[in-house]
Amino acid sequence: MSEHTSATTATGINMYDVRPTTEVPAESPLAWSYHHTGHPGVSQRSRVVIRERAMLGHVVLRGGAIVLDEAVRQVLGFGLPARPNTLNQDPSGERSAQWLSPDEWLVIVPGGEEFSLEAKLREALGDAHYAIVNVSGGQTLLELEGEAATELLMKSTPYDVHPAGFPVGKGVTTVFAKSNLILRRPAEDRWELVLRRSFADYLYRWLLDAGQEYAIGVDD
Amino acid sequence: MLHIYCPYCEELREEEEFHPKGQAHITRPADPDACSDEEWGDYLFFRDNPRGIHHEMWVHAIGCRKFFNVTRNTVTYEILETYPMGEQPRFTAEYPEGKPADQLNDAQQEPSRQEGVHV
Repeated sequence: MSEHTSATTATGINMYDVRPTTEVPAESPLAWSYHHTGHPGVSQRSRVVIRERAMLGHVVLRGGAIVLDEAVRQVLGFGLPARPNTLNQDPSGERSAQWLSPDEWLVIVPGGEEFSLEAKLREALGDAHYAIVNVSGGQTLLELEGEAATELLMKSTPYDVHPAGFPVGKGVTTVFAKSNLILRRPAEDRWELVLRRSFADYLYRWLLDAGQEYAIGVDD
Repeated sequence: MLHIYCPYCEELREEEEFHPKGQAHITRPADPDACSDEEWGDYLFFRDNPRGIHHEMWVHAIGCRKFFNVTRNTVTYEILETYPMGEQPRFTAEYPEGKPADQLNDAQQEPSRQEGVHV
C-alpha cells in the first residue's frame, strides 16, 4: 500500500484510505440502477428533480459531545449540533454535521476529504474515549428539489414533513417506504436523503414510481 | 397506532419506529454464584404480567437506536410517561396518579452519565 493511503496516528491507530486514488474505477451504489431502471430526464413538466451526490465522504462520530464538538470545531470550523434532530453546515453547504443520537453524529464532507478529516480528528481527540468510522462506502446521498418534493415525501414517510414541523436545519432518521433513511432539509427548497447502499436501488425505484405523477426527472 | 415520545429525540414518533423489549428495571443478581436456582430462574425467565400499570423497555429502533423506559397501562394502552434509562418512574401501581412531589425528589436521583454525552 502506498504511503498516502495508510497512516498511523499518535495514538497508534492504523487507518486506511478506503478509496485511494488509483486506476480502479469507483461507482455509486446507484450505478446499476441507472443502467437497469434508467433515469428519466428533467423536462418543463418536472415538479420534482432527484440528483445524486455520489461518492461523498461520510464519517460517523461517537463519543462524548463536549470533546467531539471541540475537535470538530477545530478541524471543520463549525461545531456539532447540540439539539436532537438538527443539522449544522459550513457556509458553502458542502460540509455538514448531523445529530443521530445522544452520542452519535454523521459528518458529510466532499469526497476524498474523509481520510484526512479522520486523521485530523484523531489527532485533535488524542486519547479521549471516542470512535470514528468511515461509512462512505455504505451509503449515498440523494437531493430532492422542486415544488412537489414535499408531496412526494408525504407519500413515502409517516414523519411530518410540513414546513411548520420540519424547518430548515432539521434532520431525522425515520421510516421511509417501509425502509429507513436519514431525511434532512439543508435549505428552504432542498431535501436530502441519506440512503444505505443496500436500500439504494429499492428506494430509487420507489422515488421514481412515487414521482411519476409529478413527471420526476433525474438530474446528472 | 401509538404515538410515542422518545426521551432522547425529544419528540413524538410513530409506533412503527419502535420495538418493545419487555419488562424494565430488571437487575441482574450482583453475585450469580451465590444465587439459588430459583432466584436465577426468576431473573432469567419469569416476568410480571400485571393488569394495569406496567413498566416496559422500548427501543427507538428506526431513529436514535437508544433504549428507554415506558410506563404503560396494559388495559387502556395509555402511555403515561417515557423516561431515559437509569431513571425511576413517576407513575407506579402504588401511585397511579403520579408520585407526590416529596417522593419524587427521593426517587429521581440524577443517573451518572458519561462526561458530555448528555447535552
